[in-house]
Amino acid sequence: MRTYLAHIRSIILALAILTVMAPMPVLAQQLGPDGAPNPTASVVPEQKLLQQSPRIEGRIDIPNERARVLLQPAGRQWDYFHEITLHWLGAIVIVGMIAALAAAYLIIGRLRISKGRSGRKVLRFSSFERFSHWLTAASFVVLGLTGLNITFGKIVLLPIIGPEAFSSMSEAAKYVHNYISAAFVIGLMLIVALWIKDNLPQKVDIEWIKQGGGFIKSKHAPSGRFNAGEKLVFWFALGAGAAVIISGCLLIFPFYVTDIAGMQIAQVVHAVIAVLFIAVIIAHIYLGTLGMEGAFEAMATGEVDLNWAKEHHDLWLEEQLAKERLAARSGQSSAVPAE
Amino acid sequence: MARVKFLCDADRCIECNACVTACKNEHEVPWGINRRRVVTINDGKPGERSVSMACMHCTDAPCAAVCPVSCFYTTADGVVLHSKDLCIGCGYCFYACPFGAPQYPKVGNFGSRGKMDKCTYCAGGPEADSTPAEYAKYGANRLAEGKLPICAEMCSTKSLLAGDGAIIAEIYKERVMKRGYGSGAWGWTTAYHEGIAV
Repeated sequence: MRTYLAHIRSIILALAILTVMAPMPVLAQQLGPDGAPNPTASVVPEQKLLQQSPRIEGRIDIPNERARVLLQPAGRQWDYFHEITLHWLGAIVIVGMIAALAAAYLIIGRLRISKGRSGRKVLRFSSFERFSHWLTAASFVVLGLTGLNITFGKIVLLPIIGPEAFSSMSEAAKYVHNYISAAFVIGLMLIVALWIKDNLPQKVDIEWIKQGGGFIKSKHAPSGRFNAGEKLVFWFALGAGAAVIISGCLLIFPFYVTDIAGMQIAQVVHAVIAVLFIAVIIAHIYLGTLGMEGAFEAMATGEVDLNWAKEHHDLWLEEQLAKERLAARSGQSSAVPAE
Repeated sequence: MARVKFLCDADRCIECNACVTACKNEHEVPWGINRRRVVTINDGKPGERSVSMACMHCTDAPCAAVCPVSCFYTTADGVVLHSKDLCIGCGYCFYACPFGAPQYPKVGNFGSRGKMDKCTYCAGGPEADSTPAEYAKYGANRLAEGKLPICAEMCSTKSLLAGDGAIIAEIYKERVMKRGYGSGAWGWTTAYHEGIAV
């Protein structure tokens, strides 16, 4: 009985090995009429190899891993992405965003402080917060422009300034892009560390959206230090920033971590996310400058008008004023000498 | 003008790497750069084949399309060449090339690859034909002297063919008919959007 079970066990084991082996590509050794292996008939044609795997790889004497890839037709697909898909996507997203903002400016116009300026200032961003913001912002603009040059420069700039000037400029732009990226990484990390606490979702965010996010004059949209719109920009910047930083690291240290397919995917991710990032930041720049009265000074001097704060960040203002009163009271009590 | 192409008859390639060596010698190619290489598929197994591969001088060359500074051009013979004066070393041509042809003096970090180098079909570059300036950047210009690429000329088994695409396709077809088998013109479908029907 025991030997019988052992037989069954070994049969099951053999079946298991067979099922594991079955999906592997079979290198059928075709035999000639005399039963000997036929070297000419057993070759696997190129198209069949490409059906089995996206790349044909082999062995090579050169000590270079990348050189092992004999054929990667995906290069042509990446070419299509880079020259057709990315051009259209970038143009539609970026030009579309600018057009939408222009329309918003013409229809809604500048969002004014409805009660006018009070003349009283409240500190909104400390100098370190402003430094972190402008470090990220300045590096983002440089990275955005030098990045767009790689994709759109040959269409927009090359015909104007000629091939020699354009090449020299693009080479400089490439190095600027590669090195300024470090400033963006530091800036983004600072921003996240400083503001993540105030950007966590709250109940009031739903109310803010329900009240039209401050775009409807008759309604008041309540908000803490950051409103739901700003929070969305924050989380988008964090997510998209992480994506461009990781894909950018793969591109800046080519073939250290990944192979040719990985490099292509990294470039696709980097380009697509960057184009969306640029469009979102264009909207962010519009709202912080042209689109809203009293918003820019928050990042310029750090102080905003009391009435602006009341309209856009009422809950945060209450907190700030409460803090001020508390500070003033304790200041008073300590200032008054004990009698 | 003819449309010149490369064709590697893998059933004849004996992986001697003479094409690689001849190319390096002809053009004084620096260390680390291999304009041509031989890849062996299914090494040591039934169906082993070696293919000598370099720039295939593609129709609608993807390297030329993706180049951010448009430094590529195609000659009247269909040879894909580039200008090292304009190249910014971004590495995009390597991502787009189906054959791994573009080479860089360094695979450096932070974009420090240097100017791209690749097979010129022994046709030099944008500089005046057969000048020292052209030789220094791109190597010998055999085409200007009426000669074919050295790799194909050197091939001991005549596995690697270079010349008018129609003629080398015809030679390959005749071979396949005569010997009764052929693993196909490697890379032709990807490079020229057409294979060779036998």
